[in-house]
Amino acid sequence: MDLKKFSAQIRLETLKELKHRTFGHIGGSMSLVETMSVLYGDVMHVNPSDPSDPSRDYLVLSKGHAGPVLYATLALKGFFPVEMLKTLNDNGTDLPSHADRNKTPGIDMTTGSLGQGISAAVGIAKGLKLQGKNNRVFAIVGDGELNEGQCYEALIFASKHHLDNLVVFVDDNKLQLDGPTRDVSDVGNLDDRFKSFAFDTRRVDGHHEPTIKQAIHDALAVEGKPSVIILDTVKGKGVKEIENLTGSHHMRFSEEDNKILDQYIAILEGEINE
Amino acid sequence: MSKYIKEEKQTRELRKVYASSLVNMMEKDDRVVALEADLMSAITTNSVQAAYKDRLVNCGVQEANMMGVAAGLSVTGMIPFVHSFGIFVTRRAYDQLFLSLGYAQLNARIIGSDAGVTAQHNGGTHMPFEDLALVNAIPNSIVLEMSDDTMFEKLLEQTKDAYGLYYFRIVRKQMRKLYHEDQDFQVGKGIVLEDGKDATIVASGIMVEEALKARELLKEDGIDAAVIDMFTIKPIDEDLLVEYANKTKLVVTAENHNVNGGLGSMVTQVVSEKAPVKMRHIGVKESFGQVGTKDYLQEVYKLRAEDIRDAVKDGLK
Repeated sequence: MDLKKFSAQIRLETLKELKHRTFGHIGGSMSLVETMSVLYGDVMHVNPSDPSDPSRDYLVLSKGHAGPVLYATLALKGFFPVEMLKTLNDNGTDLPSHADRNKTPGIDMTTGSLGQGISAAVGIAKGLKLQGKNNRVFAIVGDGELNEGQCYEALIFASKHHLDNLVVFVDDNKLQLDGPTRDVSDVGNLDDRFKSFAFDTRRVDGHHEPTIKQAIHDALAVEGKPSVIILDTVKGKGVKEIENLTGSHHMRFSEEDNKILDQYIAILEGEINE
Repeated sequence: MSKYIKEEKQTRELRKVYASSLVNMMEKDDRVVALEADLMSAITTNSVQAAYKDRLVNCGVQEANMMGVAAGLSVTGMIPFVHSFGIFVTRRAYDQLFLSLGYAQLNARIIGSDAGVTAQHNGGTHMPFEDLALVNAIPNSIVLEMSDDTMFEKLLEQTKDAYGLYYFRIVRKQMRKLYHEDQDFQVGKGIVLEDGKDATIVASGIMVEEALKARELLKEDGIDAAVIDMFTIKPIDEDLLVEYANKTKLVVTAENHNVNGGLGSMVTQVVSEKAPVKMRHIGVKESFGQVGTKDYLQEVYKLRAEDIRDAVKDGLK
């Protein structure tokens, strides 16, 4: 699969989905586009016609507010019609703001209250180990999410239980809701922090598909301990006007914003149709 | 009516029952896994280790993560049995219990030990008077308070294959023995221990013993009180409550828990809507826990047979 093209499709559908709803968690969705592309376009074994296929790999989007980018990816992958993306946050929708395992095909864990998804991910990894299964588990946390103490409980557990079937991603976009992570609640040197929890640690450009892909393959080859891939990312990536903007965590789009989004939508459509 | 054991007799320690039940269930079912948060020795599940080391997972002192791990295990089809003191599996990790297990509609058995005053010398920080209220507020939760060892043993094994979020509130050590081995227990069905025509005492946990004593005290005043063991706090036995409210015209609830949100509140919802009669509530009122012996604490919080008797008499005025 052409991962660069898949990324463009995911970015396009995410923007269209959010623009249609007129508001949403755009910043932290955009920063994960390339990671979703690599995971679903190359690495993960999933089965859109049977989302609960027992041989599938698991993904827990611990930063559950990035639901829109996951929904776009799952739709493009065939878990449900792309048309359904327009129902994001509709009354009674199956695509709520935060990921929900009981509503959306292809979602393994309900998340949204930060810090909880990573615990579920280590539980899934432990459960698979207990059953002697080889499925892999991927968990995505935000750098802001790493303010939550529960994350560190989960890291201790993952190391203690040698969960080498688990790869944690940190979407290190350096911004949380109220501002730069270092100003709001500095999580320090993430690389050193994860190393101190005995994680196999690597940091990569989170917007370059071949680098992410290589990092995942390297992480999966590690035996006896869990891995983390710290993704150097840009919040709002791909929409210059909102990149690295504090207010991009959740935006309500003005008429001006809509014009900007339309420009990017047109550019992405052009790229994809080339 | 149940033929309960009338003579004063003590149960086995419920913690030992838990450990032996786990071993039995693990033997029969590879999906059973037990989670602890560094209170394995307190609940004696360290005895499970010899046979099933892999499936006894001591998370360490991290209740929030333990709930998430239970959720993850459930996602993979395992059946997690999660134990800690009642306060730690409810109050301490409530958002995790509520969202990662409840809202996510996952499958787990939560065992909260040291119910109410039986936390004794661990005191106010360790004394759950609100665990039932917290778990009752989780949609579709099943909330059970054990009134004897046989009940605990049978319900653990009986509900193993059911799917959902179950909360078992237990005394960790001994309590008064109530039931014979052949007693039948059903979630949603309360047990009438004594019939009566003047009042109905609805109790759970250690308060069942007090309710039975209160019935004897009331006899001295010529009052004939029925006693119901309502171990199934949610779902509660509506039919039985309506029947006895209509029959006796006074319902007194007795719980080793705050009166807000526990057994009394659940019973009141049914009685007030479907068979409104006079009610009185025995339970902890606007108080935190504290250190003390069980007897002392029951006196302080007015959780004794005498308090139930007085409430019945007050209701009959």
